[in-house]
Amino acid sequence: MTALAPRSDFPLLAADAALHYLDSAATAQKPQPVLDAMAHFYTHDNANPHRGAYALSARATERYHDARTTVARFIGAPDADCTLFVRGTTEAMNLVAYGWGEANVQAGDAIVVTAMDHHASFVTFQQLARRTGAEFRIAELTNDGRIDLASLASVIDARVKLVAFPHVSNALGTINPVTEIAAMAHAVGAIAVCDGAQAVPHMAVDVDALGVDFYAFSGHKLGGPMGIGVLWARRALLEKMSPWQFGGDMIEVVGDQQTTFNTLPHRFEAGTPNAADAVGLAAACDYLSALGMDRVRAHETALTAVLLEALLPLEGIRIFGPMDVESRSGVVSFAFDDVHAHDLATILDEHGVCVRAGHHCAQPLMRRLGIAATARASLWVHSTADDVSMLVTALQHAKTLFADGALR
Amino acid sequence: MADLDELYQSIILDHNRRPRNYGQPSRSSHHASGRNPLCGDEVTVWLSVEDNVIKDVKFVGQGCAISKASSSLMTEAVIGKSRDDALAMFERVHDLLTGKSDATAERKHLGQIAALGGVSRFPIRVKCASLGWHAFRNALLDAGAATTEATGEPQ
Repeated sequence: MTALAPRSDFPLLAADAALHYLDSAATAQKPQPVLDAMAHFYTHDNANPHRGAYALSARATERYHDARTTVARFIGAPDADCTLFVRGTTEAMNLVAYGWGEANVQAGDAIVVTAMDHHASFVTFQQLARRTGAEFRIAELTNDGRIDLASLASVIDARVKLVAFPHVSNALGTINPVTEIAAMAHAVGAIAVCDGAQAVPHMAVDVDALGVDFYAFSGHKLGGPMGIGVLWARRALLEKMSPWQFGGDMIEVVGDQQTTFNTLPHRFEAGTPNAADAVGLAAACDYLSALGMDRVRAHETALTAVLLEALLPLEGIRIFGPMDVESRSGVVSFAFDDVHAHDLATILDEHGVCVRAGHHCAQPLMRRLGIAATARASLWVHSTADDVSMLVTALQHAKTLFADGALR
Repeated sequence: MADLDELYQSIILDHNRRPRNYGQPSRSSHHASGRNPLCGDEVTVWLSVEDNVIKDVKFVGQGCAISKASSSLMTEAVIGKSRDDALAMFERVHDLLTGKSDATAERKHLGQIAALGGVSRFPIRVKCASLGWHAFRNALLDAGAATTEATGEPQ
């Protein structure tokens, strides 16, 4: 299977023909148009947006505004002003916890997350619960790595104010039934907070149709720069929320003793906006739109089938998450009894194969799997069957090395 | 791949498969745990020290082959040593792992442990190899839990 996007689109990959980058779930390689868009901004449009009454600043403001419109359209957001730029998924979750949680969660309430939540949401809402005195509840998983909807139903009751869950698990690849979970939250008057970091780069996402209240993702995982991400929210919620960070750009009138705040989206974007990275993220959205998100998903699904088929025959392998490719993304975590994930990663590296080894910022999940670390291969638009076969060759080498002992 | 063979020498693989002095002892005079928060590896080391001599060392832990083998080699190396000699050995091993000394030249001082020298070519694995040694040192000095984040080793 060939790539959906040519390797030559990615300067880092083009420069190293022997590199098999199978860690896109950690961060994606950057297509040339993203790098060009950012360089163009700094070369031709750079000024502080919203500040100067001169043409260059107006242009910077316009580029930033256009970037927001592009990103909002990419995720199906009906309202670009409710598409907030943040540093990434982690900051987005913290915005929800501080901006919405502090005002709406109190002692006696409950917060629900799942056992597959990334630390970005798990820890953030665990700490919100600790600060407010709310009960922190965890929905458990099925044996094949899906959210156990019966367990979820059992922890959702009238006391629950917030239900957080990933659209796609970063450690298992599981694609979760977002609309169904959002409906379960709404049935008790709770809000639904969805971590879309592993979904937006890999499949068409329509935040409005998903039915959630907050949806977060990171730009760098979809080929955009590091340091920019998005929190999309329902307007009715944002309008009632207080800002959580204060400073320039987010104010309306600053009195000696009190301040009124700017309109959406600015009231949630204190300080000089990260315009160049927003422009880069918009270019990444345009790049993926041109490829077609349905084709991206189809490519990854087909290659995931190839990957699973290639891994399954390896002796002693444990593959985590659902085995049916329609229920999972191109993230495949696995482990061997006799070779630790970190040793695998080092041996694979010598073959030019990059995989993630570790707990994947999901320690609660690892505890439930009864394992300290897994190796994780993840696919994207440039991945090919050649990448998969080099992975398998390298894994076989690791198995041989550990089975026979070193050659000397 | 030569570096890989240097890293996973047969001594290392053997100690990974059959770690020596593994298990929690019923009695000890010192103990400390060590943790690498980045990868989740952990180890606990127990010592029996009498008259300034390390009479016994035991460890348990979970981690990669490098961390397990290094801890196992550590136990064999320090049993019978005086406190000062063991601490001096810690420094020697630390220099070996971080590439400040040469494995071939160190073989006469360190014996089997020189096999850990292959780690120096894999900076991201240095902490795997040093974890058990930091736990040992902290146990001996009653310094509490060790974390590889505070060692100044490569991130």
